[in-house]
Amino acid sequence: MSLEFLQKFRDPDMCRKILDKMESELDRDLRFMEVCGTHTVAIFQSGLRSLLPERIVHLSGPGCPVCVTHESEVNAFLDLAGRAGIIMATFGDLMRVPGDGGRNLKKATADGARVKVVYSPFDTLKLAKENPGDLVIFIGVGFETTAPTIAATMKMAREQGVDNLRILCFHKTVPPALDALLSDEAINIDGFILPGHVSAIIGVKPYDFIAEKYSKSAVVTGFEPLDILQSLMQMIDWRKKGEAHVVNNYTRIVGANGNQKALEIMYEVFEPADALWRGIGLIPGSGLEIRPEWEQFDAKKEFGIVIKDCPPLKGCKCGDILKGIKQPNECPLFGKACTPANPVGPCMVSTEGSCAAYYKYKLD
Amino acid sequence: MSDKVLLDYGSGGRASQRLISELFLKYLGNDELNRLNDAAELSVSGRVAMSTDSFTVDPIFFPGGNIGSLAVHGTVNDVAMMGAIPRYITCAYIIEEGLPMDDLERIVSAMGEAVKTAGVTVVSGDTKVVPKGAVDKIFINTTGIGDIIVDPAPSGDAARSGDAVLISGTIGDHGLTVLGTREGLDFEAKVESDSAALNHLLVKLVRELPEVHVLRDPTRGGLATTLNEITTSSNVCCELDENSIPVKPEVKGGCSILGLDPLYLANEGKFLCVLPEAHAEKALEIMRADPLGKDACRIGTMTDANPGKVVMLTQLGGKRLLGMLEGEQLPRIC
Repeated sequence: MSLEFLQKFRDPDMCRKILDKMESELDRDLRFMEVCGTHTVAIFQSGLRSLLPERIVHLSGPGCPVCVTHESEVNAFLDLAGRAGIIMATFGDLMRVPGDGGRNLKKATADGARVKVVYSPFDTLKLAKENPGDLVIFIGVGFETTAPTIAATMKMAREQGVDNLRILCFHKTVPPALDALLSDEAINIDGFILPGHVSAIIGVKPYDFIAEKYSKSAVVTGFEPLDILQSLMQMIDWRKKGEAHVVNNYTRIVGANGNQKALEIMYEVFEPADALWRGIGLIPGSGLEIRPEWEQFDAKKEFGIVIKDCPPLKGCKCGDILKGIKQPNECPLFGKACTPANPVGPCMVSTEGSCAAYYKYKLD
Repeated sequence: MSDKVLLDYGSGGRASQRLISELFLKYLGNDELNRLNDAAELSVSGRVAMSTDSFTVDPIFFPGGNIGSLAVHGTVNDVAMMGAIPRYITCAYIIEEGLPMDDLERIVSAMGEAVKTAGVTVVSGDTKVVPKGAVDKIFINTTGIGDIIVDPAPSGDAARSGDAVLISGTIGDHGLTVLGTREGLDFEAKVESDSAALNHLLVKLVRELPEVHVLRDPTRGGLATTLNEITTSSNVCCELDENSIPVKPEVKGGCSILGLDPLYLANEGKFLCVLPEAHAEKALEIMRADPLGKDACRIGTMTDANPGKVVMLTQLGGKRLLGMLEGEQLPRIC
């Protein structure tokens, strides 16, 4: 998509008009949650955060893959890093995520662990071929956006006879997490800005329960300011009329049924499973596991890794922040014990985490 | 000479001498260096600017330059940012055993071209060859010295509220090129490093406008980090206008794919200039008259609103903080 085309979705005059309309039509606070970390950053980076009416309460949800990676999962990949004959492959986001005892992949690398930051899961195939005497373990973290590419990588590895690639599968799926949030009475959300990337894979139907079961609205939304403002305005209108809808406003990328081919390949290799979310806990059916037919790639099975729940870090409010119960600056550690230089919780370490965005972009 | 650099070439014996005379002097030689004394005899008086830098870039060859030209540009620019005319430069090479001799020749030859263009003289050098694995292919250290021609010299703590903030051209070109080449990423449109010696343009600028308060090249950490350094040292606020920051569409596109921010990417042929409002237009005129400053523009103003901070006025008219880079930028998951 050309940058010129995208520029239309950044038109300051159009944005101003919607902001003015919002200001005049809001009759009470509206608590909206953007599920995806990229939306969090887009809202801050474009300056929207400073322009939205004060009555719009902006909450960052559990849509940053780094933020929701469970402590036990972090410890599992940190335990593998540094073992003889193992090369860990990962996206850059995970390099500074803290595990127990302040460990992280950056420090592990300095201690001699072989860790390779990759730009695509397909890079791991090349890495495995270049290092036939080693085991390349890719840390499979992310949502429906990344899982299909990893599944495709595994298929390709099988076709090409690459037998030294393993996947540490910690994938999670978004709709069950939203269901869990909405069923928690302590969480008060009027509407969701639904993720653009995840929805491009799963489509819109998996979110229908938000309106049907909980009478809340949700809009699949792009990442430009006008995308976000239009979705918010719609939710304000619906609430005033007492209606609840789930719609797709990101039709330039997201089809109603998503990407069937990607879903097919994803479910050929993975199957739904329960998963632990950092700060939230166990959400039934919210994870993906490698199917038994593909277990030759399963690092969890090979190394006997068991993901167990554990108490959250003392003082860290990442869980409440991911659930929209607290804002980042309401955490006692925010900006003091927990900063991007020394992150205590994952919301501060990820570039897409709400605490990191708050710390990085918020002026006052 | 062998087709690969051997440990012998760092022995100090005949092999070393051959390397120096047949390669280094061939491209970098001059009356002073050719004497091969233990130290250079220089005539320096008055206020001088001196700077040193080590270059460890990976990959060593990239579109728009290589580690040899970069090692000259980086140090020449650092000296020139002090309102100085760079005159002399030294270079120390640490070479990994096994480096192809052709690669070394390309690097030294590029360095020779760069010193010629910058008009500086290499007066001293050193060559070490270390066992395979002790360094990554080649590291180069350069030190430069030059005559300061303005008083007071531009300085990071000299920005004042009301000053105009100018940039000499587009940002992020070098950082994205090096990252793209290192990772073997193919961008839709070609990106190229902006690595260049800025001293002639800078000398012209400070000769005509000695009132320049700050000159800085936004290298590692990029524009955002450099501006933060200036606002912290000067205790002023920099209000940047997002619309006016020049970024090439291909750099914007590449960054958007990788989840990187061009404001934090390294530049090697650009400089920031902070000077009193009254001289802003003249400064832009001087910069734009030079090919290395043709895209120069004003990007902001120093104020006393939020001392020590850089504030971005976004395209939408909103405001946000533009902080310093924490660690390195890394590609994200989605």
